[in-house]
Amino acid sequence: MDLMEKNMELIEVQKLEGHTDRVWNAAWNPVSPILASCSGDNTVRIWEQSSLSRSWSCKTVLEETHTRTVRSCSWSPSGKLLATASFDGTTAIWEDLGDEFECISTLEGHENEVKSVSWNASGSYLATCSRDKSVWIWEVLGGNEYDCASVLNGHTQDVKMVLWHPTMDVLFSCSYDNTIKVWWSEDDDGDYQCVQTLDESTNGHSSTVWAISFNAAGDKMVTCSDDLTLKIWRADISMMHSGEGYAPWTHVCTLSGYHDRTIFSTHWSSDDIIASGAGDDAIGLFVESKQHDSVNGPSFNLLLKKEKAHEMDINSVQWSPSKENMLLASASDDGMVKIWQLETIP
Amino acid sequence: MVSGLINENPIVYERKERVRDVRTDSSNTNELSVDAIDQLEVFDILIAHHIRDIKDPEHPYSLEQLKVLTEDSVEVDDTKSHVRVTFTPTVEHCSMATIIGLCVRVKLMRSLPPRYKIDIRVAPGTHATEAAVNKQLNDKERVAAALENPNLVEMVDECLSPSFE
Repeated sequence: MDLMEKNMELIEVQKLEGHTDRVWNAAWNPVSPILASCSGDNTVRIWEQSSLSRSWSCKTVLEETHTRTVRSCSWSPSGKLLATASFDGTTAIWEDLGDEFECISTLEGHENEVKSVSWNASGSYLATCSRDKSVWIWEVLGGNEYDCASVLNGHTQDVKMVLWHPTMDVLFSCSYDNTIKVWWSEDDDGDYQCVQTLDESTNGHSSTVWAISFNAAGDKMVTCSDDLTLKIWRADISMMHSGEGYAPWTHVCTLSGYHDRTIFSTHWSSDDIIASGAGDDAIGLFVESKQHDSVNGPSFNLLLKKEKAHEMDINSVQWSPSKENMLLASASDDGMVKIWQLETIP
Repeated sequence: MVSGLINENPIVYERKERVRDVRTDSSNTNELSVDAIDQLEVFDILIAHHIRDIKDPEHPYSLEQLKVLTEDSVEVDDTKSHVRVTFTPTVEHCSMATIIGLCVRVKLMRSLPPRYKIDIRVAPGTHATEAAVNKQLNDKERVAAALENPNLVEMVDECLSPSFE
């Protein structure tokens, strides 16, 4: 599908109002038409799409649990559990009981604000990160039990986001220290070590790295930063799958000049469109260039830039996992969550 | 917190009497420019005596009196909704720099329309850990977390509260 040859537009499908403070993150449920959003108002909102009207409405508000900003939320691979990370230092685990959500566990341990939470592909591990500079790995035991399996130190500053690789138990983290770190347990014994650091010396970012996202295959990654760029990376993961040891990530290209304020979020869709959300209130969409330069490698082009997508900074952009349509959710400082559809204009 | 003051003997300057620009006065009657904000207006928000002065955290003087902030501190581009404030700490190792920067940011956040993008920095060459201070002051997430700290909010509110002379 060569999108660059068509006239594409990002159409606003619906505006979800309700939060009374900035919205930091939005996360699509992997199996149902449900969207979770979390906010500086200390709550998490669950939005559901009506099968009749196709419109979205707030099904429930998860409140009175976190005592400070809820910074990020993440659904388990089964779609039954929602993990929420908060400035109150805790990570709450919620179970979807149908008509309501119940907080079944609270993970404590970080010394201060928790910034991000991520489930691994099988749902057997959770990872969290914090301003305390550490990354924690938690094991999911039966009976709503969670155990701290590892505390990973290495970052020299506030860790902004953690993300498990989509197909392997390799953990990625990005930080205020301008680096991206890769954590791997070689013997698969739960002993995770930092096996790679992507910093300025390896074509890395020159300021805080805010987010990471992988393509569906897991052999490419995009990162975004306060340095106003997005960077594409790749690794020979087939090497890792065949047990030949760790395959390092290398820089492919840098996308610059598209945003003039901090890029807070980026997400790689299953049909290979990269979305970016930034402090310039705009959403950027990028696709890989058809022209493969054998010398310089793959490059990416701007598909479109949606200016003034929100009235204030965009903190999160997330593609819907649904195969039917190209839906994108965005969350902003203006207190709104918006749902967009990428459409071809005749 | 600290037992001794960072700056025992600050230089205090005369508060500048400013003649209101005729152009800005007529803006009230000019419907077209009703939302336009210029440098002087932003400076007024920060400094002017009819709006609260930001007090230095250590001394009973305003940031204007200590020349931490002057009219040249402020760069405004209303069409881009962008403001940048450059402030000069009184001493190079001023640990109050982040508090002062935070006060300036909060003051602007409370006074300017939400569309505004605010950048705060220390004047180049005036602080020992300039890059570190600037990075902290402009990390939105760090600022948000700091403002959820009641002790810090109390300190900021104290600096932003009016002083009755």
